[in-house]
This record gives sequence, C-alpha cells and structure tokens, in this order.
Amino acid sequence: MDFNAIVSAVMSNIVFYLLAFIIIVFALMMVTSKNLVHSALFMIVTFLGVAGIYVMLQADFLAVVQIMVYIGAISILLVFGVMLSRRDNMDRSNLNNSFGVAAFFVAAFLFVIITRLMVATEWIGLVSTRPVESTAGQIADLLLGPNMVAFEAAGLLLLVAMVGAIILGKGVDQSK
Amino acid sequence: MDFSAVTIEILVALLGLVLLVTGLLLPPDHKKANGYIAVVGLLGILAFSLSGDAGRSGTFLYGLYTLDSLSKYFKEIFMIAAILVILMSLSYTKRFREGKGEYFSILLFALLGMMVMVSSNDFITLYIGLELMTISFVILTAFDRSSLKSSEAGVKYVLLSAMSSAVLLYGLSIFYGLSGTTEYAGFITCLQSGGLGPALILAIVMVLAGFGFKISAVPFHMWSPDIYEGAPTPITAFLATGSKAAGFAVLIRLLLQVLPSQHVNFSGIIIMLAVLTIIVGNLIAIPQKNIKRMLAFSSIAHAGYILLGLVAFTGMGVGAMLYYIFIYIFANAGAFASVTALSNITGSDEIEDFGGMWKRSPLVTAVLMISLLSMAGIPPAAGFVGKFYLFASIIKEGYVWLALVAIGMSVVSLYYYVMVIRVMLTGQVKSDEPVTVPASLKTVMVVSSAATIFLGVYAGPLTSWTSSVASMFVK
Repeated sequence: MDFNAIVSAVMSNIVFYLLAFIIIVFALMMVTSKNLVHSALFMIVTFLGVAGIYVMLQADFLAVVQIMVYIGAISILLVFGVMLSRRDNMDRSNLNNSFGVAAFFVAAFLFVIITRLMVATEWIGLVSTRPVESTAGQIADLLLGPNMVAFEAAGLLLLVAMVGAIILGKGVDQSK
Repeated sequence: MDFSAVTIEILVALLGLVLLVTGLLLPPDHKKANGYIAVVGLLGILAFSLSGDAGRSGTFLYGLYTLDSLSKYFKEIFMIAAILVILMSLSYTKRFREGKGEYFSILLFALLGMMVMVSSNDFITLYIGLELMTISFVILTAFDRSSLKSSEAGVKYVLLSAMSSAVLLYGLSIFYGLSGTTEYAGFITCLQSGGLGPALILAIVMVLAGFGFKISAVPFHMWSPDIYEGAPTPITAFLATGSKAAGFAVLIRLLLQVLPSQHVNFSGIIIMLAVLTIIVGNLIAIPQKNIKRMLAFSSIAHAGYILLGLVAFTGMGVGAMLYYIFIYIFANAGAFASVTALSNITGSDEIEDFGGMWKRSPLVTAVLMISLLSMAGIPPAAGFVGKFYLFASIIKEGYVWLALVAIGMSVVSLYYYVMVIRVMLTGQVKSDEPVTVPASLKTVMVVSSAATIFLGVYAGPLTSWTSSVASMFVK
C-alpha cells in the first residue's frame, strides 16, 4: 500500500469518528434538553453530521437531500410548530418522565449485546473504491426502474398523510 | 412489461383516488354514497381476483414484486375484511364532523398498503407497504374528533408504531449490511452460501419484534388495548383483522420462504412469543369491563393461537394459520358489528350495557353469541375447526405440552366470552328501548355469522384451498 492510500485511510477514519462523536453528543443533548427549541437546534447539528457521513460514503445526492429536506424543511417546520403551539414557559417545554435510570440500564444492556454481536460478525466490504461520480442519475434509475412499486406506494403514502393531516387539523375552532 | 401481477393493486389505488375526488364532489349530506361506491368497487375487484384472470402467478419488475398463491389468498382476505368494515362504517360515519367522504378513501389506502406488504419481494417495498398501512390506520384511529379517546389513541399509535418501525428498520438494515442486497432472492442466495455471522440473529430478533408489534404478540402488545378502545369501532375491527393478517402474511413469507435455513435460531423465540401471548392475552381479558378492550385482549390471545402455526413450521401449520385467519375475520366482524349496533344507539361500549339484549334485539344477541362462541372454539362454530387444525399441526411436530397449554387457555377464554353472553341473556335490563340495526350492519352481521356457522359445519372447500396455498411450504 502506498503512502497516499494510508494517509487517506487514516484521514477518513479520523473524519468518521469526529462525525460520529458530533452526532452522538448532539443527539444526547437533544434528548436531554429541557427546552424544546434548543432540542430542535441540536437536532439540526445531528442531521448535519449524518449528511457528513453520506458524503463520506460518496452519496452526494443523499447528503444534499438530507440538508435540504431535514435541515431546511423539517427542522424549520418543527421550530414553527413549537412557536405556534402556545406554551407558558419554554424552559420546561420538553418534559421527561422519571424512568431515566431504568431506561439507562436497558439501553446499556442492549448496547452491550448489539456491540458484542456486531464485533463478532464479519461484514462484507461495501465500501467500494469506485471513482467519485454523481449518484443522482443512478438513484433515478433505481426509483423509476426496479423500485417503481415502492416509489409509487410512497407517493400514495404522502398523499394519504397530507389528506389525513388536513382532516385532523381542520376546523379545530369550529367545534368549540 | 407484464402488469398482471399488480392489476389488483392498481385497481384498488384507482378506486381510492376516485373516492377522494367523489368525496369532494358529493353534496355534504350524501357523503355516505362514497361508502357504497367503495363496497361495489371492492366487490368487483374481489370477483375479478377470484375469477382467476388476475391470478396468474408471476413476478414484476425484475422480481421485486411477486404474485403467488399466498399473496393472492391474503389479498382476497384483506378485501373481504375491508368490505365488511366499510359496510360496518356506513352507519358509523355520521359521528364524524369532518372527512366523511375521505374516510373510505383512506381505508382503501390502508388496504393497498397490506396488499403491497404481502406481495413485496424486497425489503424496501415491504417497508413502504407497511408504512402506507400504518399511516392510514393512524389517521383512521384519530378520525373521531368528537372523542378525546380517539385522538389519544391516534397519538399513541403514531408514536408506538414509529418506534416499532425504527426497530424493524434497524433489523432490515443489518440484513442489507450482511448481504449487500435488499431483494429476497439475493438475500436467500447469500444465506445459502452460509456464514453470515451472529449479527444475523440480532437482525432476525429485531424483525420479529417489529412484526410482533403489528400482530400484537406479548410483549409487544401494550399498544393494542388503548388503541382498540379509542379507535372508531369499524377501524378497531379492521386493525384486529386486516392489520394483523398482514403481519402474519409477512411473517409467513419471511420466516418460511426467506429465512427457513435459520429455523434453529428463531424457533425458540417463536415458541416463547406464542406461549406468552396465549397466556397473558387470555388472563388479562377476564377482568375487562369494556367490550372493545375485552375483544382487544382476546385478539392478542388469538394472535398467540395463530403463532402456533409458525411454531409447527410445516405446510400443515401454515394451512391452519390461513384457515384460522379467514374465520377469525368473520368472527371479529360479527362481534364488532354487534358492538357498533349498540353503540350507535347508546354511545357506550360497556359490557353491562348489553344487559337484557335478547329482548331489545334478538339479532344482535344471536350474532354476538355465535361470534364469541366461534372465538372460544365451541362447535359447530368455525373457531372449533380452526383451533383443531392449529393444535393438530403442533402436536404432529411433537409439541404436545404447547397444545395442552393452548387448550387449557382456550377453556379459560370460554369464561370471559360466556360472561358477555350471560349478561345479554340474564343481565340487569338498563333500558327497554329496542336496538334498531341499519341494513348495512345487518348485512355484515348476517353474512359473518352465516359464514362462521357454514365454515364450521362444512369446512372442506376452504381447507382444501388453504392447504393448496400452503403446499408451497412443504418441507
């Protein structure tokens, strides 16, 4: 292995662990924050980290979608939703229950089991050494080719979700 | 490209879209007509499917979508359940303030989701079908906006099903990570080449947990009593029949077709799930005061009985499962239609309000009695034959102790079913007002109890159908 390959392998490891650290820390902060708006902002950082992972996997299109849809649309919607629903005090808007300790032990137990099984498994190398190229065309071929049924069903799913949101959200004040 | 494998789905999707449009065009007082359009349309599609023209087996789109006798059987079951549920809903929708027209359209999309689930031949399509079904059910559960319980049930369902979807997706992503493919065919090839490592077991456990939620097997059953109680009664019936049948259909396909080589690894889990589900479901059903809650726990117990077919892991076991799911739909439709008939009048679902029912409506009494006796497994109702096949299939595989547990708990279940019948016949009469049953509900009640009795007395044609479907799983 020549010197350049080693450097790039080390670099990508460093970048990966850095991103993983950011994702986990901000995900934890999002869950534990007492303030719902802060949680939404922490979530945006987590999404950015995930977008970074996509870039490392050479999934350029997914990374852009992640940023545009999750950070650009969903997070902003969430912040608006929080602002529009009336609350007296933002400091205690993200309520926790008292099962923290029990949840910690269950989560730790699961973590140990999952890690043990993951480490013991030999994973096939999915990371290819393909040259970097745009993936938008390949994704389009897959969505409108072999995965067409799933694609169309997802379209109907979004339609149903929209109709349902309108019905359930409509006329709240008319009833009163 | 050969579209014959997806004809039924295309027709159902079209019907759903047409209903969405007619729901807007119909005058506000006549939204109910949408329900009639849905019933007529579905009857047509069902007849088309049964006629065999759409029954040509085959795959679609590079094998990512498949139509075989198993998926065809389940699609027809789903359509029957949907027709019964729509008929039940016709007299129920007058309670809704909004979306009386859209209700039927969303119901059809839930049906479409189930169909996509059973026919999918890769994990992505499977997951999208599952979400199409789940999201539609969330909307339908929360549909009754005049009832706080309904809204609460909707919120609970969306949160809990999101969690179960997360677990399921984690499992599916491990499948992908191990094999590098999301297609069943490629995955099976990868399994045959062997040595996928311990993470495979982790993935199987997660997938079982995800679908255990859908079939409400203990310990993944926590959601079902609250949601069954809060949802509009016809939707409860659809959740207990359609959603559950779809979960079992996918489990049959995944476990017997995709993962049979891993049987040693998961057979213990299935046995444990079945035993827990049968025991817990039956025991907690006993003290229930609300009939929808009682039926929720009874449906948990029934999920346990149906799981026995997976314990047997043979063609006979699958045949018994298919038979039991079929008759369970009719027993449930009869029971929930009776509950709807009473709650249309009184707005209540408490068991004690059924007091003196035989004077107020002999029809409701008779139908509820037949349905409950079928669930309890008393001959001549079809439930007896169904349980007989299920228990026989596991005894044949040597699980005599398991059959004894199931039979014992069946006897226990008789107690809470007969309790309702006792209240109807001898209970304190709360009101003398006769219960008038609308024609659409009457149809459901008569059809389902006739089917329950008929299939119990003359089970031959259905069992030969189910065993021909199950013959693809002969070991």
